[in-house]
Amino acid sequence: MTTDIKTGYEDLPRLISLMTGDEKHQAAAESTVDVLWVLYDRVLDITPENVREPGRDRFLLSKGHGPMAYYAVLAQKGFIHEEELADWTSAESRLGHHPDRARLPVAEISSGSLGHGLPLAIGTVFGLRAKGFRDAKVVTLVGDAELDEGSNQEAIAVAGRIGMPQLTAVVVDNSSATHGWPGGIARRFEVEGWTTRTVDGRDHDALHEALTTPHPDRPLAVVATVERKA
Amino acid sequence: MNMRETFLEAAAEVLDTDANVAVVLADISAAQLAFAARKHPDRVLNVGIREQLMMSTAGGLALAGMRPIVHTFSSFLVERAFEQVKLDLGHQDVGAVLVSSGASYDMPTAGRTHQAPGDVALIDTLPGWTVHVPGHPEEARRLLLESIPGTGRVYLRLSAQENAKAHLGAGLQTLREGGRGVVVAVGPMLDRALEATADLDVTVLYTSTIRPFDAAGLRSAVEAAGSNDVVLVEPYLAGTSAHAVADALSETPHRLLSLGVRRDAEVRIYGEMADHDLAHGLDAGSIALSVKEFLR
Repeated sequence: MTTDIKTGYEDLPRLISLMTGDEKHQAAAESTVDVLWVLYDRVLDITPENVREPGRDRFLLSKGHGPMAYYAVLAQKGFIHEEELADWTSAESRLGHHPDRARLPVAEISSGSLGHGLPLAIGTVFGLRAKGFRDAKVVTLVGDAELDEGSNQEAIAVAGRIGMPQLTAVVVDNSSATHGWPGGIARRFEVEGWTTRTVDGRDHDALHEALTTPHPDRPLAVVATVERKA
Repeated sequence: MNMRETFLEAAAEVLDTDANVAVVLADISAAQLAFAARKHPDRVLNVGIREQLMMSTAGGLALAGMRPIVHTFSSFLVERAFEQVKLDLGHQDVGAVLVSSGASYDMPTAGRTHQAPGDVALIDTLPGWTVHVPGHPEEARRLLLESIPGTGRVYLRLSAQENAKAHLGAGLQTLREGGRGVVVAVGPMLDRALEATADLDVTVLYTSTIRPFDAAGLRSAVEAAGSNDVVLVEPYLAGTSAHAVADALSETPHRLLSLGVRRDAEVRIYGEMADHDLAHGLDAGSIALSVKEFLR
């Protein structure tokens, strides 16, 4: 399943282990690590060099709780120094249990409260369009329980109806939504006009293929299924 | 033209002249901006009746480097989507110009659902906001245009109530000088405050910008008047600016009377705006009685 041995992925458990003190969110961190890796390693055109370019790709971490995997990937890819991980959440650190873009500019959004990333992503797509940057990808990562928030329903409907081929929503599904989604999560997006894919959230090649699915004139939703939240 | 019509006309002009500006709507006023939307389909964005998404869309636009104007009725703009105002603008450290219409009870027959007298108090819980409360359509137009440059967070509160004349200018403007007290009239409250105090020896100050609060202006007016009695006349919740007055006069023993929309009860009448003015003690006669009682 992991074809990218020795590319840096094998570094992530060590980097994550540098961060301690957030056991409550440990599961949340581990559920996203493979999606985050594939996005930054193979899908997004975001590098430490172009991270402030106006026409860059955007990654909006909506699921801002449990950001250890996120920080680990950012460290591995050279956006932040590894040394920063050890004292995360201290008063001196700019790495908190929820990312703050005013402290950490590589984070496109400050997040933690559920239901904000996808709506912000839609505004970002509108803004990039108006600026003439029609090829920049905007990818947001949400949790399956996060879809309970009504703000996401507002966003799913509008993005689907308007089109928005620049937009991708990745839903990491660890079956944690209280009332569930009959017919599966992808169906919520399909009925609103999204292209959807549901894949094994631990399979890097499957994730890569799904995240690069052509979706002309439509937004793309990739449901990455991982083990049920304990 | 009333303030809302003036705003919509000015917004359409700004869209024509500034390619960085986008207007975000939730159906309210979409018909009036339909022509502008046809000219600027990428920059006039109606998300339907989705106020949370409307506010987050503004945040996303600002993150992409645009200057968003967000507009709907005050109850839906500030109250329904308040967490989006707090997080998707303030916490993201980006700006927008929020423009409400409806004020406290501009739609008296609509009842409580369309009233938001707590809007300014709510915005006041967030740091870094500029709050404009114009008292005349020409002030509304000017304040909108002045809010476009930069990246600040601005709340522009439009009302169907207005004064006879525009008073363009920054900070507290002195419209009358007296020695027994200082009356601060905000936005549409000016004409009635002037009428209410016509036979009183008081200073009357006016402002269409209530945040940041012109503390220095108030201190010098209090000093000039030789009186430490201050009356606030605000068109939203009574006492919304009481803390700003207390801060401004923290070195000076003073008394404060806060007039505005009642906090102690939900007024469940329909009728005309004038009926609500009476119910809240915000008609000229009630203001006169309150001020005279306070200064006695």
